Amino acid sequence: MYTDLVMDHFSNPRNVGEIEDADGVGQIGNPVCGDVMRISIDVDDDRIADVKFKTFGCGAAVATSSMVTEMVKGQTLAAAAAISNKAVAEALGGLPPNKMHCSNLAADALHLAIQDYLIKAGREAEVPQILKALPKAHEHSSL
Amino acid sequence: MKSVYFDHAATTPVDPRVLEQMLPYFCERYGNPSELHRLGREARTAVERARSQVAAGLGAGEKEIVFTAGGTEADNLALIGYLQRFEPGHFIIGAIEHPAVMEAARALNRLGWAVDFIPVDGDGVIDMEAYEQAFRDDTRLASVMYANNVVGTIQPIAALARIAHEKGAVFHTDAVQCVGSVPIDVGALGVDMLSLSGHKLYGPKGIGALYVKRGTRLTPMVHGGGHERRLRSGTENVPGIVGLGAALELAQAEMAETRPRLEALRDHLAHGVLESVPDTRYLGHPTERLPGNVAFTVRYIEGESMLLQLDTHGFMVSSGSACASGSLEPSHVILALGLGAEEAHGSLRLSLGRENTQAEADAFIEVFPPIVDKLRQMSPLYVKG
Repeated sequence: MYTDLVMDHFSNPRNVGEIEDADGVGQIGNPVCGDVMRISIDVDDDRIADVKFKTFGCGAAVATSSMVTEMVKGQTLAAAAAISNKAVAEALGGLPPNKMHCSNLAADALHLAIQDYLIKAGREAEVPQILKALPKAHEHSSL
Repeated sequence: MKSVYFDHAATTPVDPRVLEQMLPYFCERYGNPSELHRLGREARTAVERARSQVAAGLGAGEKEIVFTAGGTEADNLALIGYLQRFEPGHFIIGAIEHPAVMEAARALNRLGWAVDFIPVDGDGVIDMEAYEQAFRDDTRLASVMYANNVVGTIQPIAALARIAHEKGAVFHTDAVQCVGSVPIDVGALGVDMLSLSGHKLYGPKGIGALYVKRGTRLTPMVHGGGHERRLRSGTENVPGIVGLGAALELAQAEMAETRPRLEALRDHLAHGVLESVPDTRYLGHPTERLPGNVAFTVRYIEGESMLLQLDTHGFMVSSGSACASGSLEPSHVILALGLGAEEAHGSLRLSLGRENTQAEADAFIEVFPPIVDKLRQMSPLYVKG
């Protein structure tokens, strides 16, 4: 049911961990729903210099988290902010339909990390401009 | 990499000795049992021989066995076939029933029947007091599964059947998980109906049976040529029926050897896992459980990810997590034991079968702790303590 690429990212996840004193941290999901993703970023010159993730969840949750970290490392904040959950799923060669909504939240966690960075950096005013698609408060975002 | 199959509660391989008995009924003895010529008579003889084998395996009479296309159909025939004869009233089922009973109950509910779901305790055993109190004047039937597919708990069926009879209701049990694993005598149990399935006991898929105690009247759900004493029309699945009979006879013959061996293997595996991995919890009753069922939860990580990691190491197991169940909810069985959703997402089930060995159990105990460790290192919920 999973593509080879999903299984690869699940079995050999990239960028696992947590950046100490990260510039920005975003967390989404709820253990009751079975998925929690936390992404921490370091930002240098408006680019994502480092990114790490920790995820509680199924194969798709881990794979999307791993994939999003690969996609955004070295990217500008604006480019990273433009990456959608759907784009992450597509980069993995697709996800089973039942996983598209429950476990495909990694981009949302990343966007929250970017927002956290901007706020901490005193650039709150730029949030709506950079993060055009900030995750809405849906059933998964309880934390 | 050698693969190890620990998912016998999902399905079992067909025993080669069973297959051997089935094979002639595909290409050589392919007759329709309803026909009077030689091929028809041969097929009829085979079907009736299998019926005797199944009856003998349950301590039932031959006329009390109805072949169906599987366990799900047997459960549906029991609940809907029995209750359809009455004006809508009330019936009772357990809270941890298989979907075959659960969804048949919901279908009846949509037709106007009231249904009560009886809770279980932390070990998965039916709350006897709640059960007894649930009966009403118009309660027609109670159905409680003999052994649970997820956590393995075996229910006190004889006591449950006795109470149902005292209250004027009939009693059905879904015994799909335990026929062939534990001795069953429908007379001693006092049940009115009992469902079983071929592919859970080293027989083929697509065949099952319902024991219907003499005098218990059902309305058929499949209409047609009046096969199976008018209860299940359709030309008999002769190879499947032969396979079911052979499989049950074999399981009965070998139970004295298989059962204690599996119980020892089960306890060894459970002990090994719970000892070597902190923050785990055994699910189901410690002793009153299926010989091959090991079920537990692992905190801070999710079941499907454990299942997939184990799969890459060659171990095939099952999980009651939301992902594994294909919905957003974790298994209703594990929630019914009183566990929170968070913990229920971390459930794993190993179901052992006759071909499993001590070496396989030991290999699992060696492979599993590092997998848990890897996933915990990845989990934002896990704080090393």
